[in-house]
Amino acid sequence: MREQILTFLEKNSKIDLGELAVLLGTSEEIIANEVADMEKEQVICGYHTLIDWEKTSSEKTTALIEVRVAPQRGQGYDSVAERIYNYPEVQSVYLIAGAYDLLVILQGKTLREVSNFVSDKLATLDAVLSTATYFVLKKYKDYGTILGKKNKDERMLMTP
Amino acid sequence: MKNPLSEKVLSIAPSGIRKFFDIAAEMDDVISLGVGEPDFDTPWHVRDEGIYSLEKGRTFYTSNSGLKELRIEITRYLKRRCNIEYDPIKETLVTVGGSEGIDIALRAMLNPGDEVLIPEPCYVSYLPCVVLADGVPVTIQLKEENEFRLTKEELLEKITDKTKILVLPFPNNPTGAVMRRKDLEDIAEVVIEHDLYVISDEIYSELTYGEAEHVSIASLPGMWERTLTINGFSKAYAMTGWRLGYICGPQKIVEQMTKIHQFAIMCAPTTSQYAAVEAMRNGDEDVQMMRESYDQRRRFLMHAFKEMGLKCFEPFGAFYVFPSIAEFGLTSDEFAMRLLEEEHVAVVPGTAFGACGEGFLRISYAYSIEALKAALARIDRFIKRLKAEQAAK
Repeated sequence: MREQILTFLEKNSKIDLGELAVLLGTSEEIIANEVADMEKEQVICGYHTLIDWEKTSSEKTTALIEVRVAPQRGQGYDSVAERIYNYPEVQSVYLIAGAYDLLVILQGKTLREVSNFVSDKLATLDAVLSTATYFVLKKYKDYGTILGKKNKDERMLMTP
Repeated sequence: MKNPLSEKVLSIAPSGIRKFFDIAAEMDDVISLGVGEPDFDTPWHVRDEGIYSLEKGRTFYTSNSGLKELRIEITRYLKRRCNIEYDPIKETLVTVGGSEGIDIALRAMLNPGDEVLIPEPCYVSYLPCVVLADGVPVTIQLKEENEFRLTKEELLEKITDKTKILVLPFPNNPTGAVMRRKDLEDIAEVVIEHDLYVISDEIYSELTYGEAEHVSIASLPGMWERTLTINGFSKAYAMTGWRLGYICGPQKIVEQMTKIHQFAIMCAPTTSQYAAVEAMRNGDEDVQMMRESYDQRRRFLMHAFKEMGLKCFEPFGAFYVFPSIAEFGLTSDEFAMRLLEEEHVAVVPGTAFGACGEGFLRISYAYSIEALKAALARIDRFIKRLKAEQAAK
């Protein structure tokens, strides 16, 4: 049941719980309780909106930054990750298996702002060995959704 | 000038959907619940395999019966999902959709005057295909009180010494009815006793809900040798436009069908066959995902009908519901036409699937919840208006 609820909420957090109950063949109360429990247990960590900022007048630049770090005794990568993720402009921080250690996704207003962050804040951390920054030119698909694509029903209107 | 036309063809009535289609096509805000195909795109990995086959230049005929690797996958699938065993070389034929299977099965088996039993309401092509194959269609009127399942008594009533074939179209389009194992056992008993053959059209076999698991009649004792099993990729894998199906049965019938197929069609589309191999090998999860989604919409519709007071038995198969509109004092045709003209919602009148569909509508739920919601709001408004009209009389 939980998994089914989450599958729906992941795609549409605005879904009406009564409607969800009908779709899953259960009662609204059960759904509401499950959702409340999952919020409490932080299975559900938030409800966000997927925005195509390109279509707005505000300037946003997204950068992916590969960071190689020296893990710290007793804490591994956690303490350096924390120092990085506490910056509000950092969207995501992932620990990566591969050629580098942390993948940092950053959102800034301009290229300059992003590069200042990297050179002033990130590269100067003691544990950081090196960084490589990549700028996003265009987002085609984000969080499983193809941006800017309208689904048109191309089927014939009536078929037997 | 001589009349260029065949009397047999002229005797066949055109589809009952046409006039609705023509009117709906002129409206720009019409919401259609009249479509008999999935709303999903073919899963990307399947499309990708089709594209890859084109890139590789696999653009030639395949063998008449279809790619061997596809036939092997089909027999594995039927064993896995329907518990029936067929030989991929001798007992399996890849066709252009399930529809071709219906046609060539009848043509391979019927002699002039042989009677074919067709339970109605049902898909529109059985009857004309029987006529084109010089058979005599004999319809069996299924009843709502039996949830549109075929009973032993109904079958017995229509059997004569000319009866040769029973068409078994379950899970059913347009009613959504499914035959449970017990129902099929009853039918099998009669079929064996009266020495009939069965053409079992199981194109919706993957789309059953609740506890109603699909059972193939060929898997019942004594039925394999008297059954042709028709299935395909259209509904389960959302591949209608690829035009690919298959028919399996005893070698002696499949051989003769292959002859017709060979001369009329040559072979099913090659690109589609390569894509279908991928669908059968790696498509189980897609099927599962789509089935769950249909089931949710089915519940959504049933719930909405209950709320608005539209009577409907609960169907457990395909992606149709078949609500009764008898209480509104309109024929199916009138109801569907007024709903289209007044609320711009297109549905198919039950009579398009046989005379006993009178008093019913076929509503497809192969639509997004958003589309269903919008359509239901209009239907609700329409029904309220009809009730008010009735009260005023």
